[in-house]
Amino acid sequence: MSFDVAFILSTLPAFLKAVGVTLQVGLIAIVTSLLVALVNAAILVYRTPYLQRVVQLYVELARNTPLLIQLFFVYFALPSLGLKISGFAAAIITMTFLGGAYLTEVLRAGVEAVPRAQLESGRSIGLSEAQLLWHVILPQAGLLSLPSLFANFVFLLKETTVVSAVAVPEILYTTKSYIALYYKTYEMLAVLTLICVLLFLPLSLLLRYLEGRLQHGQFGS
Amino acid sequence: MSALIEFEGFNKFFGDQQVLKAVDLQVRRGEVVVILGPSGCGKSTLLRCLNGLESADGGHLRLGGEELLAPGTDWRQVRQRVGMVFQSYHLFGHMSVLDNLLLGPLKVQKRQRHEALAQAQALLARVGLLDKRDAYPRQLSGGQQQRIAIVRSLCMNPEVMLFDEVTAALDPEMVKEVLQVIQGLARDGMTLLIVTHEMAFARAVADRIVFMDAGRILEQNDPESFFSNPQTARAQQFLEKFSYMESLPKKMPAKELS
Repeated sequence: MSFDVAFILSTLPAFLKAVGVTLQVGLIAIVTSLLVALVNAAILVYRTPYLQRVVQLYVELARNTPLLIQLFFVYFALPSLGLKISGFAAAIITMTFLGGAYLTEVLRAGVEAVPRAQLESGRSIGLSEAQLLWHVILPQAGLLSLPSLFANFVFLLKETTVVSAVAVPEILYTTKSYIALYYKTYEMLAVLTLICVLLFLPLSLLLRYLEGRLQHGQFGS
Repeated sequence: MSALIEFEGFNKFFGDQQVLKAVDLQVRRGEVVVILGPSGCGKSTLLRCLNGLESADGGHLRLGGEELLAPGTDWRQVRQRVGMVFQSYHLFGHMSVLDNLLLGPLKVQKRQRHEALAQAQALLARVGLLDKRDAYPRQLSGGQQQRIAIVRSLCMNPEVMLFDEVTAALDPEMVKEVLQVIQGLARDGMTLLIVTHEMAFARAVADRIVFMDAGRILEQNDPESFFSNPQTARAQQFLEKFSYMESLPKKMPAKELS
């Protein structure tokens, strides 16, 4: 079997762009998911009546349906209701829907892991509830959630490959296009695998390093 | 002179259970009051009510003549006047010692940083921990953390300090360093309310012993009278448990093997 290196080289500019799209979708989705999760976690932690039920329902729905089906629903079903959106927008919406649910649980668990005694201790020196949240609860909850937060960031980035299904030109879509056009299946899958390893593995390592640094800086050991 | 702290007919319930029953207690400015009693007698709850960590269910509670149980009481204000130290220190684990000490003065009292810092360092030096100012709580021993927790409360310049079994989680060597700090405060004339099981310490530091059982104050007296001549049967029984340890016979020397 021949391995067409020249062909691979000719596709690299396109793959470079695809990596850009993957990172763009992934990073935007991480930020929007985090925003959604912050609001949801606050609702859950403060046990807001009614809204709490809505958030719980959302989390269960989002975590127990496949991402691909969510994506098809947003991309194909919403237009029939008169909402026409691009593949890119559908990708961001769906990724946020899924990521928001996972991160909600991560943040809620983090806040609930802060010992109650820390709250009493903060109140006993006269901190207001807002100051307590800002100076005591959030920093500690953040540190407690860091490992699972970072794991979910990497998870979301990897899941971006699913949005190739609605023609967002990220790495998997680009791979499939080249395979369909030139039948270079072996070469293209090799490139895709290599890109995934080069993209996600260093990221995982970087996040682990940051996590260690942050916790060291905060807790001093 | 009227009392600085005044509980009058003070009641507290946890669910159906009444944990404080019509408690009357007055503490003068500068007085050191030690509250003794068996576990679950309500002594910790009494302190926590004074700091607003528990809400009251009737009666009166006055601080400097001001009714605290009236609606609209600003507990944040009260807590700056009434410092509280807990059994398990509860320092903020994500902050250095200095940040722990400065959080209240800077964020709650909005004081100048250099002034609050100078006070924090002076108090740290006083408890012998100035060299630990940049350490994190988990790098410190229990006794060191507890002394820092005391300084954290003192940095708010409170009128009263509440100590809730602050040596109960410490080993005997560390108990000493913490008790010395409290004794120093007592000597300075600070108003202290102390819940403890360290009987010898109670006897040494208290102006008055308050003995509680099942949510009531059964007896109040100066330490010498209380320890040498408790008035109630319950207090006698309570004190016997402590003297029992001291009166245990020494273990017989093992017979030498022949």
